[in-house]
Amino acid sequence: MSTVKTTTANNLQFAARKERSPWGDAWRALLKNRLAVASGIFIILLIFVAVFAKYIAPYPYDKGNLLDNYALPGPKYLLGADFLGRDILSRTIYGTQVSLAVGFVGAFVSLLVGMTYGLISGYSSTRVDNLMMRFVDFLYAMPILIFVILLQVYFKAVARTGAGGPFLHTLVAIDNKMGGMFFIFIAIGLLNWLGMARIMRGQVLSLKRKEFIEAARSIGASDLRIIFRHLFPNALGPCIVAETLAIPGYISTEAFLSFLGLGVNAPRPSWGIMISEGYVGLRSYPHLLLAPAVALTLTILAFNFLGDGLRDAFDPRLRGQ
Amino acid sequence: MTKYIIRRLLWGIPVLFFVILVVFILVRIMPGGPFDFAGDKSLPPSVVKNLEAKYHLNDPIWKQFVDYLWGVLRGDLGPSFRYRNRTVNEIIAQGLPVSAQLGMLAMLIAIGIGIPLGIIAALRQNTIVDYLATFFAIVGVSIPAIVMGPLLIWIFALKLQWFPVSRWGAEPPYFLGFLPKPDLNFWRHAILPAFTLGTGLSASIARLTRASLLQVIREDYIRTARAKGLAERLVIFRHALKNSMIPVVTILGPMFAAVLTGTFVVEQIFAIPGLGKHFVTSIGNRDYPIILGTTLLYGVAIVIANLLVDIVYAWLDPRIRFD
Repeated sequence: MSTVKTTTANNLQFAARKERSPWGDAWRALLKNRLAVASGIFIILLIFVAVFAKYIAPYPYDKGNLLDNYALPGPKYLLGADFLGRDILSRTIYGTQVSLAVGFVGAFVSLLVGMTYGLISGYSSTRVDNLMMRFVDFLYAMPILIFVILLQVYFKAVARTGAGGPFLHTLVAIDNKMGGMFFIFIAIGLLNWLGMARIMRGQVLSLKRKEFIEAARSIGASDLRIIFRHLFPNALGPCIVAETLAIPGYISTEAFLSFLGLGVNAPRPSWGIMISEGYVGLRSYPHLLLAPAVALTLTILAFNFLGDGLRDAFDPRLRGQ
Repeated sequence: MTKYIIRRLLWGIPVLFFVILVVFILVRIMPGGPFDFAGDKSLPPSVVKNLEAKYHLNDPIWKQFVDYLWGVLRGDLGPSFRYRNRTVNEIIAQGLPVSAQLGMLAMLIAIGIGIPLGIIAALRQNTIVDYLATFFAIVGVSIPAIVMGPLLIWIFALKLQWFPVSRWGAEPPYFLGFLPKPDLNFWRHAILPAFTLGTGLSASIARLTRASLLQVIREDYIRTARAKGLAERLVIFRHALKNSMIPVVTILGPMFAAVLTGTFVVEQIFAIPGLGKHFVTSIGNRDYPIILGTTLLYGVAIVIANLLVDIVYAWLDPRIRFD
């Protein structure tokens, strides 16, 4: 009799307790940070603008009316027109596509390469781990941006002259379909994978001695299963935070590469290209520069606030201080 | 310690070798050569052939590479293909001091503004001072150089006319090879570019200093120092600060690399005759020796900067041993 009663009592207790996971805690803490929430909403709006750019933009981004060049903001061109008579508002709207794409693709590439490398390195024996980390240290000392610029110029030249074998041609074809953005994004993402690998490796090293891993191993879980089912989800948090904080870097790098003329191919608009075109007329026509500069700054700001909010939400020590 | 330094410097050599090798190969497989001019500037094929023979561009690649390395070891970085009466050494000797001045000023501003700001924000945590400082830090990090530069120019050079719009205020010869004459003309020209490059970095440093100091202040040994009756100022400056500088010094290495690349953009915006312009234009010109020379230079600078950072690191925290 008593066992039935205790079972019912236990069932009631379990029904009354709501499950709280660390992800849920972090999400709740994030929601309390108003700046982060506002930034998140802004980013969602940006994604919306990027996806529906064709329908939102009043003019196409590549057709300009030369008679209207340098037009001031007015009823016809809401934010003015650039030196070829192209509407700045429309080009800024299309520019979101490039910046968001570089942010997300770059983050994806960096996460993919970095996390895989870090997982393997952290989980392997000390000798393999040391070797892998020596390689990372070696790469750290190299001026990677130089390689990115060189690769960029190389791919541009290949695309322009059509040199190279069939593999290169398919890559170039993909690149052209995306308006010349494919290679930059991968290259920019590859700039940051070293840091991601280090973070993931640190996480794995601290987790792999824990009891739950030992328990999994003792019931016969294979190494692969341990890595993907146990280590990976638990190590994910700091990686996501670090990557969100790296996205502003990608966007800024793409903008500065475009500013130097090494970014997406004209006439596709990138905020960097628009700024470099607008800069020339700064003294007389500051409005050329205004829209892309503000858009770029706000986007970077939003990702920074969001990343900061995520970091505070995930780290219990920094909360409530 | 000396053994560590020597070992790190030796470790830098294969890194640089690898860098040169990769760049060497990359520039040579890029379509388009140094003498392909289009349109009315195009050269007759016989001239192109002569030029290529003169610069040994028809030798097998490994031979070109070995010749180049041999030249580097003797200190000769080769002639420039585009500027045919100048050698790479000359171009670097002209451009490097200017870029170095700009970079050093930017780092001074970054450290000089960033660290005090971070300290103040940490000491007055959660007050209005802290919020303002943190806000400035995030905004400073978020405004990229290509926005900050034109913005500063527009406000201070065009509207207020306090500073000149472009160019650099120092000319050779320089003290010790790279220090400029610190007269008014120099400062007038240098402030806007240095601030453009420095504010972003100062914001990063401020954030990191603040976070780090906040953690260190909560440590037990700080509590002990206060319990012993030590003046608050001494507690902070003699005990807390040194330890909170460790994460900051850690990012100074990569930050130095960022300054180097940041100068590309700032030099373009302010028309400063530094090395960045040569680096970027040489790639478009396929001027192989300049590309290799500037890349080598940046690689050396990064290796040395990382080494210095590690040495300061060890000085700050005696627990770090060099094994």
